[in-house]
Amino acid sequence: MIKLSKISKQFRTGVFALENISFDVEKGEFLFLVGPTGSGKTTIFRLLTREYLPTAGEIAVDNWDILKLPSNKIPHLRKKIGVVFQDLKLLMDRTIFENIILPLEVSGIKTEEAKKIVDAIMERVGIVSHKDKFPIQLSGGELQRAVIARALILDPDILLADEPTGNLDSATAMEIVKLLSEINKKGTTIMMASHNEDIVKTLSKRVIALNKGQLVKDTGGRKKDSAKQSLKETVSQSSPKSDIIEKEKNKNATEGPGLKEEDEDF
Amino acid sequence: MKTFKTTWRNIRRSPYQAFAAVFVMTLTFLFISFFTFLLYGSSKAINYFESRPQVTAFFKNEVKKENINSLKNDLMATNKVANIKFVSKEDALKIYREQNKDDPLLLELVTADILPASLEISTTKLEDLSAINNMLKDSPLVSEVVFQKDVVSVLTSWTNALRSIGLGLIVVLSLVSIFVMVIIIGVKISQKKQDIEIMRLIGASGWYIRWPFIFEGIFYGVTGAVLGWLISTSALWYATPFLSSFLKGIPIFPLPLVFLLGLLGTEMLVAIILGTLASFLAVLRYLK
Repeated sequence: MIKLSKISKQFRTGVFALENISFDVEKGEFLFLVGPTGSGKTTIFRLLTREYLPTAGEIAVDNWDILKLPSNKIPHLRKKIGVVFQDLKLLMDRTIFENIILPLEVSGIKTEEAKKIVDAIMERVGIVSHKDKFPIQLSGGELQRAVIARALILDPDILLADEPTGNLDSATAMEIVKLLSEINKKGTTIMMASHNEDIVKTLSKRVIALNKGQLVKDTGGRKKDSAKQSLKETVSQSSPKSDIIEKEKNKNATEGPGLKEEDEDF
Repeated sequence: MKTFKTTWRNIRRSPYQAFAAVFVMTLTFLFISFFTFLLYGSSKAINYFESRPQVTAFFKNEVKKENINSLKNDLMATNKVANIKFVSKEDALKIYREQNKDDPLLLELVTADILPASLEISTTKLEDLSAINNMLKDSPLVSEVVFQKDVVSVLTSWTNALRSIGLGLIVVLSLVSIFVMVIIIGVKISQKKQDIEIMRLIGASGWYIRWPFIFEGIFYGVTGAVLGWLISTSALWYATPFLSSFLKGIPIFPLPLVFLLGLLGTEMLVAIILGTLASFLAVLRYLK
Protein backbone atom coordinates (compact mmCIF):
# COMPACT_ATOMS: atom_id res chain seq x y z
CA MET A 1 0.00 0.00 0.00
CA ILE A 2 2.76 2.41 1.03
CA LYS A 3 6.41 1.93 0.19
CA LEU A 4 9.23 4.23 1.21
CA SER A 5 12.65 3.37 -0.18
CA LYS A 6 15.79 5.08 1.06
CA ILE A 7 13.98 8.35 1.62
CA SER A 8 15.96 11.42 2.64
CA LYS A 9 14.67 14.92 3.07
CA GLN A 10 17.07 17.80 3.48
CA PHE A 11 15.77 21.32 3.99
CA ARG A 12 17.37 24.41 2.46
CA THR A 13 19.00 25.15 5.77
CA GLY A 14 21.00 21.96 5.32
CA VAL A 15 19.18 20.14 8.12
CA PHE A 16 18.15 16.57 7.38
CA ALA A 17 14.55 15.94 8.45
CA LEU A 18 14.81 12.31 7.30
CA GLU A 19 17.80 10.20 6.39
CA ASN A 20 17.67 6.98 4.44
CA ILE A 21 14.29 5.81 5.68
CA SER A 22 12.79 2.64 4.24
CA PHE A 23 9.65 0.77 5.25
CA ASP A 24 6.52 -0.72 3.75
CA VAL A 25 2.98 -0.52 5.04
CA GLU A 26 0.54 -3.21 4.01
CA LYS A 27 -3.09 -2.65 3.13
CA GLY A 28 -5.30 -2.59 6.22
CA GLU A 29 -2.37 -2.19 8.60
CA PHE A 30 -2.39 0.01 11.73
CA LEU A 31 1.00 1.57 12.29
CA PHE A 32 2.33 3.88 14.97
CA LEU A 33 5.04 6.39 14.17
CA VAL A 34 6.75 7.40 17.39
CA GLY A 35 9.61 9.68 18.16
CA PRO A 36 10.40 12.96 19.88
CA THR A 37 9.50 16.34 18.39
CA GLY A 38 11.56 16.98 15.26
CA SER A 39 12.19 13.30 14.64
CA GLY A 40 10.55 13.42 11.20
CA LYS A 41 7.06 11.96 11.80
CA THR A 42 5.17 14.85 10.25
CA THR A 43 7.71 15.06 7.41
CA ILE A 44 6.83 11.47 6.45
CA PHE A 45 3.15 12.42 6.32
CA ARG A 46 3.96 15.48 4.23
CA LEU A 47 5.98 13.38 1.81
CA LEU A 48 3.11 10.92 1.46
CA THR A 49 0.68 13.72 0.56
CA ARG A 50 3.22 15.38 -1.77
CA GLU A 51 3.41 18.52 0.32
CA TYR A 52 7.15 17.91 0.20
CA LEU A 53 9.30 16.13 -2.31
CA PRO A 54 12.12 13.98 -0.95
CA THR A 55 15.73 14.91 -1.60
CA ALA A 56 16.48 11.27 -2.37
CA GLY A 57 14.64 7.96 -2.51
CA GLU A 58 11.34 6.69 -3.82
CA ILE A 59 7.80 6.73 -2.49
CA ALA A 60 4.92 4.66 -3.78
CA VAL A 61 1.36 4.96 -2.55
CA ASP A 62 -1.01 2.34 -3.91
CA ASN A 63 1.29 1.84 -6.93
CA TRP A 64 1.48 5.58 -7.61
CA ASP A 65 5.01 6.87 -7.89
CA ILE A 66 4.70 10.00 -5.78
CA LEU A 67 7.82 11.61 -7.23
CA LYS A 68 6.64 11.27 -10.80
CA LEU A 69 3.07 12.28 -10.04
CA PRO A 70 2.11 15.24 -12.26
CA SER A 71 0.85 18.36 -10.43
CA ASN A 72 -2.69 17.95 -11.74
CA LYS A 73 -2.88 14.49 -10.15
CA ILE A 74 -1.93 15.70 -6.66
CA PRO A 75 -5.57 16.51 -5.74
CA HIS A 76 -6.46 12.90 -6.67
CA LEU A 77 -3.73 11.58 -4.39
CA ARG A 78 -4.93 13.79 -1.55
CA LYS A 79 -8.48 12.52 -1.93
CA LYS A 80 -7.10 8.98 -1.58
CA ILE A 81 -5.33 9.83 1.69
CA GLY A 82 -7.31 11.22 4.59
CA VAL A 83 -5.24 13.33 6.96
CA VAL A 84 -5.89 14.23 10.60
CA PHE A 85 -3.61 17.22 10.94
CA GLN A 86 -1.70 17.92 14.13
CA ASP A 87 -2.98 21.51 14.11
CA LEU A 88 -6.45 20.32 12.97
CA LYS A 89 -6.59 22.76 10.03
CA LEU A 90 -10.29 23.47 10.43
CA LEU A 91 -11.76 26.56 8.77
CA MET A 92 -12.73 28.67 11.75
CA ASP A 93 -15.35 30.70 9.91
CA ARG A 94 -17.29 27.63 8.83
CA THR A 95 -19.48 25.34 10.89
CA ILE A 96 -18.44 21.78 11.67
CA PHE A 97 -20.86 20.57 9.01
CA GLU A 98 -19.37 22.96 6.44
CA ASN A 99 -15.86 21.84 7.35
CA ILE A 100 -16.69 18.17 6.99
CA ILE A 101 -18.57 18.59 3.71
CA LEU A 102 -15.65 20.49 2.15
CA PRO A 103 -13.78 17.48 0.66
CA LEU A 104 -17.05 16.35 -0.94
CA GLU A 105 -17.62 19.79 -2.42
CA VAL A 106 -14.06 19.84 -3.70
CA SER A 107 -14.74 16.48 -5.36
CA GLY A 108 -17.85 17.85 -7.07
CA ILE A 109 -20.36 15.60 -5.30
CA LYS A 110 -23.94 16.90 -5.42
CA THR A 111 -25.00 18.79 -2.30
CA GLU A 112 -27.96 16.54 -1.44
CA GLU A 113 -25.86 13.39 -1.68
CA ALA A 114 -23.00 15.08 0.17
CA LYS A 115 -25.29 16.08 3.05
CA LYS A 116 -26.36 12.46 3.53
CA ILE A 117 -22.73 11.29 3.59
CA VAL A 118 -21.82 14.00 6.13
CA ASP A 119 -24.76 13.08 8.37
CA ALA A 120 -23.69 9.44 8.28
CA ILE A 121 -20.05 10.18 9.11
CA MET A 122 -21.01 12.58 11.92
CA GLU A 123 -23.17 9.87 13.37
CA ARG A 124 -20.24 7.45 13.09
CA VAL A 125 -17.79 9.69 14.95
CA GLY A 126 -20.44 10.89 17.40
CA ILE A 127 -20.68 14.64 16.76
CA VAL A 128 -24.14 14.95 15.22
CA SER A 129 -25.27 17.37 17.93
CA HIS A 130 -22.42 19.75 17.03
CA LYS A 131 -23.32 19.96 13.35
CA ASP A 132 -24.10 23.67 13.25
CA LYS A 133 -21.51 24.81 15.77
CA PHE A 134 -18.32 26.62 14.89
CA PRO A 135 -14.93 25.05 15.76
CA ILE A 136 -14.39 27.55 18.57
CA GLN A 137 -17.49 26.19 20.33
CA LEU A 138 -16.17 22.59 20.53
CA SER A 139 -13.89 20.81 23.01
CA GLY A 140 -10.55 19.27 22.01
CA GLY A 141 -11.96 15.76 21.70
CA GLU A 142 -14.94 16.93 19.68
CA LEU A 143 -12.65 18.85 17.35
CA GLN A 144 -10.51 15.74 16.84
CA ARG A 145 -13.64 13.78 15.98
CA ALA A 146 -14.63 16.48 13.50
CA VAL A 147 -11.20 16.33 11.87
CA ILE A 148 -11.37 12.53 11.72
CA ALA A 149 -14.81 12.83 10.13
CA ARG A 150 -13.43 15.21 7.51
CA ALA A 151 -10.48 12.89 6.85
CA LEU A 152 -12.83 9.93 6.38
CA ILE A 153 -15.53 11.65 4.36
CA LEU A 154 -14.12 10.56 0.98
CA ASP A 155 -13.70 7.00 2.26
CA PRO A 156 -9.93 7.05 1.77
CA ASP A 157 -7.79 3.93 1.56
CA ILE A 158 -5.22 5.47 3.89
CA LEU A 159 -5.66 7.61 6.99
CA LEU A 160 -2.70 9.58 8.34
CA ALA A 161 -3.30 10.80 11.88
CA ASP A 162 -0.69 13.25 13.12
CA GLU A 163 -0.78 13.36 16.93
CA PRO A 164 -4.57 13.09 17.08
CA THR A 165 -4.46 12.63 20.84
CA GLY A 166 -1.77 15.23 21.50
CA ASN A 167 -3.85 17.74 23.44
CA LEU A 168 -6.42 15.40 24.92
CA ASP A 169 -6.90 13.89 28.36
CA SER A 170 -6.25 10.18 28.56
CA ALA A 171 -9.91 9.13 28.55
CA THR A 172 -10.74 11.20 25.46
CA ALA A 173 -7.51 10.08 23.81
CA MET A 174 -8.53 6.46 24.31
CA GLU A 175 -11.92 7.18 22.76
CA ILE A 176 -10.25 8.66 19.69
CA VAL A 177 -7.92 5.67 19.36
CA LYS A 178 -10.87 3.32 19.74
CA LEU A 179 -12.57 5.17 16.92
CA LEU A 180 -9.45 4.91 14.73
CA SER A 181 -9.20 1.23 15.58
CA GLU A 182 -12.78 0.66 14.45
CA ILE A 183 -12.03 2.50 11.22
CA ASN A 184 -8.99 0.30 10.71
CA LYS A 185 -11.09 -2.84 11.23
CA LYS A 186 -13.22 -1.78 8.27
CA GLY A 187 -10.12 -1.93 6.05
CA THR A 188 -8.59 1.55 6.15
CA THR A 189 -4.82 1.59 6.45
CA ILE A 190 -3.87 3.85 9.34
CA MET A 191 -0.58 5.54 10.17
CA MET A 192 -0.72 7.36 13.46
CA ALA A 193 1.99 9.57 14.88
CA SER A 194 1.88 9.58 18.66
CA HIS A 195 3.72 10.44 21.83
CA ASN A 196 1.27 8.63 24.05
CA GLU A 197 2.91 5.40 25.14
CA ASP A 198 -0.23 4.18 26.91
CA ILE A 199 -2.09 4.16 23.62
CA VAL A 200 0.77 2.52 21.76
CA LYS A 201 1.00 -0.18 24.43
CA THR A 202 -2.74 -0.75 24.63
CA LEU A 203 -3.15 -1.40 20.94
CA SER A 204 -0.02 -3.51 20.47
CA LYS A 205 0.32 -2.60 16.83
CA ARG A 206 3.41 -2.21 14.69
CA VAL A 207 5.60 0.66 15.82
CA ILE A 208 8.19 2.58 13.82
CA ALA A 209 10.40 4.75 15.98
CA LEU A 210 12.23 7.75 14.58
CA ASN A 211 14.93 9.86 16.12
CA LYS A 212 16.58 12.87 14.48
CA GLY A 213 15.31 11.79 11.08
CA GLN A 214 16.53 8.21 11.32
CA LEU A 215 14.57 5.03 11.66
CA VAL A 216 15.73 3.54 14.93
CA LYS A 217 13.24 0.75 15.42
CA ASP A 218 10.56 -1.10 13.47
CA THR A 219 8.63 -3.77 15.31
CA GLY A 220 7.83 -5.12 11.86
CA GLY A 221 4.85 -5.82 9.64
CA ARG A 222 1.70 -7.23 11.16
CA LYS A 223 3.53 -9.21 13.79
CA LYS A 224 1.84 -7.05 16.33
CA ASP A 225 2.51 -9.21 19.34
CA SER A 226 6.24 -9.56 18.73
CA ALA A 227 8.95 -8.03 20.79
CA LYS A 228 6.77 -6.47 23.46
CA GLN A 229 9.77 -5.54 25.52
CA SER A 230 11.40 -3.86 22.55
CA LEU A 231 8.21 -1.91 21.94
CA LYS A 232 8.07 -0.77 25.50
CA GLU A 233 11.62 0.53 25.26
CA THR A 234 10.95 2.26 21.95
CA VAL A 235 7.89 4.05 23.21
CA SER A 236 9.52 5.03 26.44
CA GLN A 237 12.51 6.56 24.68
CA SER A 238 10.39 8.52 22.22
CA SER A 239 8.17 10.00 24.92
CA PRO A 240 10.38 12.06 27.15
CA LYS A 241 7.51 13.62 29.05
CA SER A 242 5.53 10.45 29.58
CA ASP A 243 4.44 8.99 32.87
CA ILE A 244 6.93 6.19 32.34
CA ILE A 245 9.74 8.70 32.14
CA GLU A 246 8.53 10.33 35.28
CA LYS A 247 8.48 6.95 36.95
CA GLU A 248 11.93 6.19 35.62
CA LYS A 249 13.20 9.53 36.86
CA ASN A 250 11.84 8.81 40.30
CA LYS A 251 13.43 5.39 40.08
CA ASN A 252 16.75 6.93 39.04
CA ALA A 253 16.61 9.25 41.95
CA THR A 254 16.55 6.30 44.29
CA GLU A 255 18.28 3.50 42.33
CA GLY A 256 20.69 5.33 40.00
CA PRO A 257 20.60 5.83 36.19
CA GLY A 258 18.36 3.47 34.21
CA LEU A 259 16.68 5.27 31.37
CA LYS A 260 19.78 7.26 30.52
CA GLU A 261 21.54 4.10 29.47
CA GLU A 262 18.61 3.15 27.24
CA ASP A 263 18.75 6.62 25.70
CA GLU A 264 22.36 6.05 24.76
CA ASP A 265 21.33 2.88 22.95
CA PHE A 266 19.35 5.12 20.60
CA MET B 1 -23.16 26.86 -8.13
CA LYS B 2 -20.91 26.23 -5.12
CA THR B 3 -18.29 28.51 -6.69
CA PHE B 4 -20.85 31.34 -6.88
CA LYS B 5 -21.79 30.78 -3.23
CA THR B 6 -18.14 30.96 -2.20
CA THR B 7 -17.69 34.10 -4.33
CA TRP B 8 -20.69 35.75 -2.68
CA ARG B 9 -19.47 34.80 0.80
CA ASN B 10 -16.03 36.29 0.03
CA ILE B 11 -17.68 39.54 -1.09
CA ARG B 12 -20.10 39.69 1.84
CA ARG B 13 -17.45 39.08 4.47
CA SER B 14 -15.25 42.00 3.40
CA PRO B 15 -17.74 44.73 2.46
CA TYR B 16 -15.31 47.67 2.54
CA GLN B 17 -12.93 46.06 0.07
CA ALA B 18 -15.89 45.15 -2.13
CA PHE B 19 -17.16 48.74 -1.92
CA ALA B 20 -13.75 50.14 -2.93
CA ALA B 21 -13.55 47.79 -5.93
CA VAL B 22 -17.10 48.57 -7.07
CA PHE B 23 -16.54 52.31 -6.54
CA VAL B 24 -13.45 52.49 -8.73
CA MET B 25 -15.18 50.41 -11.43
CA THR B 26 -18.30 52.63 -11.25
CA LEU B 27 -16.12 55.70 -11.71
CA THR B 28 -14.46 54.19 -14.78
CA PHE B 29 -17.75 53.22 -16.40
CA LEU B 30 -19.40 56.52 -15.48
CA PHE B 31 -16.67 58.27 -17.41
CA ILE B 32 -16.93 55.81 -20.31
CA SER B 33 -20.71 56.41 -20.48
CA PHE B 34 -20.46 60.20 -20.43
CA PHE B 35 -17.70 60.14 -23.00
CA THR B 36 -19.78 57.88 -25.25
CA PHE B 37 -22.76 60.27 -24.95
CA LEU B 38 -20.49 63.16 -25.92
CA LEU B 39 -19.10 61.35 -28.94
CA TYR B 40 -22.57 60.21 -29.97
CA GLY B 41 -23.94 63.75 -29.68
CA SER B 42 -21.10 65.38 -31.60
CA SER B 43 -21.25 62.79 -34.36
CA LYS B 44 -25.02 63.36 -34.63
CA ALA B 45 -24.41 67.12 -34.83
CA ILE B 46 -21.83 66.66 -37.56
CA ASN B 47 -24.22 64.44 -39.51
CA TYR B 48 -26.92 67.04 -39.09
CA PHE B 49 -24.75 69.81 -40.49
CA GLU B 50 -23.33 67.60 -43.22
CA SER B 51 -26.77 66.56 -44.38
CA ARG B 52 -27.81 70.16 -44.87
CA PRO B 53 -26.10 71.65 -47.94
CA GLN B 54 -26.99 75.18 -46.91
CA VAL B 55 -25.51 78.61 -46.82
CA THR B 56 -27.04 81.39 -44.78
CA ALA B 57 -26.38 84.99 -45.80
CA PHE B 58 -27.12 87.71 -43.27
CA PHE B 59 -27.74 91.14 -44.73
CA LYS B 60 -26.59 94.49 -43.54
CA ASN B 61 -29.23 96.52 -41.69
CA GLU B 62 -29.70 99.19 -44.33
CA VAL B 63 -30.23 96.78 -47.25
CA LYS B 64 -33.55 97.14 -49.00
CA LYS B 65 -35.90 94.37 -49.98
CA GLU B 66 -35.55 95.16 -53.74
CA ASN B 67 -31.78 94.68 -53.57
CA ILE B 68 -32.24 91.38 -51.79
CA ASN B 69 -34.73 90.24 -54.45
CA SER B 70 -32.24 91.18 -57.13
CA LEU B 71 -29.56 89.09 -55.48
CA LYS B 72 -32.07 86.27 -55.10
CA ASN B 73 -32.78 86.36 -58.84
CA ASP B 74 -29.06 86.33 -59.62
CA LEU B 75 -28.65 83.25 -57.44
CA MET B 76 -31.60 81.49 -59.10
CA ALA B 77 -30.08 82.22 -62.49
CA THR B 78 -27.03 80.10 -61.69
CA ASN B 79 -29.28 76.98 -61.78
CA LYS B 80 -27.36 75.62 -58.80
CA VAL B 81 -29.91 76.55 -56.18
CA ALA B 82 -32.45 73.99 -55.05
CA ASN B 83 -34.29 76.18 -52.62
CA ILE B 84 -34.05 79.72 -51.45
CA LYS B 85 -35.87 81.23 -48.54
CA PHE B 86 -36.00 84.84 -47.44
CA VAL B 87 -36.19 85.39 -43.70
CA SER B 88 -37.18 88.98 -42.90
CA LYS B 89 -36.31 90.80 -39.69
CA GLU B 90 -39.84 90.08 -38.45
CA ASP B 91 -39.56 86.40 -39.36
CA ALA B 92 -36.24 86.26 -37.54
CA LEU B 93 -37.89 87.78 -34.48
CA LYS B 94 -40.66 85.18 -34.65
CA ILE B 95 -38.13 82.38 -34.81
CA TYR B 96 -36.18 83.93 -31.97
CA ARG B 97 -39.36 84.26 -29.86
CA GLU B 98 -40.32 80.68 -30.57
CA GLN B 99 -36.86 79.43 -29.57
CA ASN B 100 -36.82 81.47 -26.37
CA LYS B 101 -40.45 81.35 -25.37
CA ASP B 102 -39.55 80.10 -21.90
CA ASP B 103 -37.18 82.96 -21.16
CA PRO B 104 -39.06 86.29 -20.85
CA LEU B 105 -35.87 88.21 -20.11
CA LEU B 106 -34.37 87.29 -23.48
CA LEU B 107 -37.65 88.13 -25.20
CA GLU B 108 -37.78 91.60 -23.69
CA LEU B 109 -34.28 92.51 -24.72
CA VAL B 110 -34.61 91.73 -28.43
CA THR B 111 -36.52 93.62 -31.10
CA ALA B 112 -36.78 93.06 -34.86
CA ASP B 113 -34.33 95.92 -35.49
CA ILE B 114 -31.32 94.14 -34.10
CA LEU B 115 -31.99 90.87 -35.93
CA PRO B 116 -30.66 90.74 -39.49
CA ALA B 117 -32.70 89.63 -42.49
CA SER B 118 -31.27 86.58 -44.17
CA LEU B 119 -31.40 84.24 -47.14
CA GLU B 120 -31.20 80.49 -46.55
CA ILE B 121 -29.94 78.90 -49.72
CA SER B 122 -29.64 75.16 -50.25
CA THR B 123 -28.08 73.61 -53.34
CA THR B 124 -28.91 70.39 -55.11
CA LYS B 125 -25.27 69.35 -55.07
CA LEU B 126 -22.95 69.67 -52.09
CA GLU B 127 -20.03 70.82 -54.27
CA ASP B 128 -22.03 73.85 -55.56
CA LEU B 129 -22.11 75.30 -52.05
CA SER B 130 -18.64 76.82 -52.41
CA ALA B 131 -19.58 78.74 -55.56
CA ILE B 132 -22.72 80.13 -53.91
CA ASN B 133 -20.73 80.96 -50.80
CA ASN B 134 -18.19 82.94 -52.86
CA MET B 135 -20.91 84.75 -54.73
CA LEU B 136 -22.56 85.84 -51.49
CA LYS B 137 -19.31 86.90 -49.89
CA ASP B 138 -18.57 89.15 -52.90
CA SER B 139 -21.93 90.87 -52.60
CA PRO B 140 -21.81 94.29 -50.87
CA LEU B 141 -25.25 93.62 -49.34
CA VAL B 142 -24.10 90.72 -47.23
CA SER B 143 -22.55 91.25 -43.81
CA GLU B 144 -21.89 87.61 -42.94
CA VAL B 145 -22.11 84.20 -44.57
CA VAL B 146 -22.49 81.07 -42.47
CA PHE B 147 -21.19 78.18 -44.45
CA GLN B 148 -21.99 74.76 -42.92
CA LYS B 149 -18.70 73.33 -44.17
CA ASP B 150 -16.85 75.54 -41.68
CA VAL B 151 -19.15 74.46 -38.87
CA VAL B 152 -18.59 70.82 -39.79
CA SER B 153 -14.81 71.17 -39.93
CA VAL B 154 -14.68 73.00 -36.58
CA LEU B 155 -16.96 70.42 -35.00
CA THR B 156 -14.96 67.55 -36.50
CA SER B 157 -11.66 68.86 -35.16
CA TRP B 158 -13.22 69.34 -31.70
CA THR B 159 -14.65 65.83 -31.78
CA ASN B 160 -11.31 64.35 -32.80
CA ALA B 161 -9.55 66.19 -29.98
CA LEU B 162 -12.22 65.03 -27.52
CA ARG B 163 -11.93 61.46 -28.76
CA SER B 164 -8.15 61.42 -28.21
CA ILE B 165 -8.38 62.95 -24.72
CA GLY B 166 -11.31 60.72 -23.76
CA LEU B 167 -9.68 57.53 -24.99
CA GLY B 168 -6.50 58.44 -23.11
CA LEU B 169 -8.47 59.02 -19.92
CA ILE B 170 -10.40 55.76 -20.39
CA VAL B 171 -7.14 53.84 -20.75
CA VAL B 172 -5.71 55.50 -17.60
CA LEU B 173 -8.91 54.87 -15.60
CA SER B 174 -9.09 51.26 -16.78
CA LEU B 175 -5.49 50.69 -15.73
CA VAL B 176 -6.16 52.29 -12.34
CA SER B 177 -9.21 50.09 -11.81
CA ILE B 178 -7.26 46.98 -12.83
CA PHE B 179 -4.48 47.82 -10.35
CA VAL B 180 -6.94 48.57 -7.55
CA MET B 181 -8.73 45.26 -8.20
CA VAL B 182 -5.45 43.33 -8.31
CA ILE B 183 -4.54 44.82 -4.92
CA ILE B 184 -7.98 44.14 -3.39
CA ILE B 185 -8.18 40.55 -4.64
CA GLY B 186 -4.53 40.06 -3.67
CA VAL B 187 -5.29 41.18 -0.12
CA LYS B 188 -8.24 38.78 -0.02
CA ILE B 189 -6.06 35.91 -1.20
CA SER B 190 -3.47 36.76 1.46
CA GLN B 191 -6.19 36.86 4.13
CA LYS B 192 -7.39 33.44 3.05
CA LYS B 193 -3.94 31.91 2.77
CA GLN B 194 -4.63 29.41 5.54
CA ASP B 195 -8.00 28.43 4.10
CA ILE B 196 -6.43 27.97 0.68
CA GLU B 197 -3.69 25.79 2.15
CA ILE B 198 -6.29 23.63 3.91
CA MET B 199 -8.34 23.30 0.74
CA ARG B 200 -5.26 22.22 -1.19
CA LEU B 201 -4.39 19.65 1.45
CA ILE B 202 -7.82 18.08 1.30
CA GLY B 203 -7.59 17.68 -2.44
CA ALA B 204 -8.93 20.89 -3.98
CA SER B 205 -7.63 21.50 -7.48
CA GLY B 206 -5.97 24.80 -8.36
CA TRP B 207 -8.96 25.97 -10.37
CA TYR B 208 -11.42 25.07 -7.60
CA ILE B 209 -9.54 27.62 -5.47
CA ARG B 210 -9.03 30.17 -8.24
CA TRP B 211 -12.56 30.39 -9.71
CA PRO B 212 -14.21 32.22 -6.77
CA PHE B 213 -11.55 34.96 -7.01
CA ILE B 214 -12.00 35.24 -10.79
CA PHE B 215 -15.79 35.50 -10.35
CA GLU B 216 -15.26 38.09 -7.64
CA GLY B 217 -13.35 40.27 -10.13
CA ILE B 218 -16.10 39.82 -12.72
CA PHE B 219 -18.73 40.70 -10.10
CA TYR B 220 -16.97 43.96 -9.21
CA GLY B 221 -16.58 44.84 -12.90
CA VAL B 222 -20.18 44.11 -13.87
CA THR B 223 -21.63 45.83 -10.78
CA GLY B 224 -19.46 48.89 -11.52
CA ALA B 225 -20.56 48.89 -15.17
CA VAL B 226 -24.28 48.66 -14.31
CA LEU B 227 -24.02 51.37 -11.64
CA GLY B 228 -21.96 53.65 -13.92
CA TRP B 229 -24.48 53.19 -16.73
CA LEU B 230 -27.46 53.77 -14.44
CA ILE B 231 -26.01 56.97 -12.98
CA SER B 232 -24.96 58.39 -16.35
CA THR B 233 -28.23 57.47 -18.07
CA SER B 234 -30.27 58.96 -15.21
CA ALA B 235 -28.17 62.14 -15.35
CA LEU B 236 -28.66 62.37 -19.12
CA TRP B 237 -32.39 61.77 -18.79
CA TYR B 238 -32.56 64.51 -16.15
CA ALA B 239 -30.55 66.94 -18.32
CA THR B 240 -32.34 66.16 -21.61
CA PRO B 241 -34.82 69.12 -21.49
CA PHE B 242 -32.01 71.58 -20.82
CA LEU B 243 -29.70 70.07 -23.47
CA SER B 244 -32.50 69.95 -26.06
CA SER B 245 -33.18 73.64 -25.69
CA PHE B 246 -29.46 74.42 -25.69
CA LEU B 247 -28.86 72.50 -28.94
CA LYS B 248 -31.85 73.96 -30.75
CA GLY B 249 -32.81 72.23 -33.94
CA ILE B 250 -30.12 69.53 -33.79
CA PRO B 251 -32.01 66.24 -33.36
CA ILE B 252 -29.87 64.44 -30.76
CA PHE B 253 -32.29 63.96 -27.88
CA PRO B 254 -33.75 61.78 -26.60
CA LEU B 255 -31.06 59.16 -27.15
CA PRO B 256 -32.56 55.99 -28.63
CA LEU B 257 -33.21 53.15 -26.17
CA VAL B 258 -31.43 50.68 -28.46
CA PHE B 259 -28.31 52.83 -28.29
CA LEU B 260 -28.48 52.98 -24.47
CA LEU B 261 -29.02 49.23 -24.15
CA GLY B 262 -26.22 48.60 -26.63
CA LEU B 263 -23.97 50.79 -24.48
CA LEU B 264 -24.94 48.80 -21.37
CA GLY B 265 -24.20 45.51 -23.14
CA THR B 266 -20.82 46.73 -24.39
CA GLU B 267 -19.90 48.11 -20.96
CA MET B 268 -20.80 44.81 -19.31
CA LEU B 269 -18.62 42.97 -21.81
CA VAL B 270 -15.73 45.37 -21.13
CA ALA B 271 -16.38 44.94 -17.38
CA ILE B 272 -16.15 41.15 -17.66
CA ILE B 273 -12.87 41.49 -19.58
CA LEU B 274 -11.45 44.02 -17.06
CA GLY B 275 -12.64 42.01 -14.04
CA THR B 276 -11.30 38.73 -15.40
CA LEU B 277 -7.99 40.30 -16.34
CA ALA B 278 -7.55 41.94 -12.91
CA SER B 279 -8.50 38.87 -10.90
CA PHE B 280 -6.42 36.63 -13.14
CA LEU B 281 -3.39 38.86 -12.58
CA ALA B 282 -4.05 38.76 -8.81
CA VAL B 283 -4.41 34.98 -8.84
CA LEU B 284 -1.20 34.58 -10.85
CA ARG B 285 0.61 36.94 -8.53
CA TYR B 286 -0.64 35.71 -5.15
CA LEU B 287 -1.75 32.09 -5.72
CA LYS B 288 1.36 30.34 -6.89
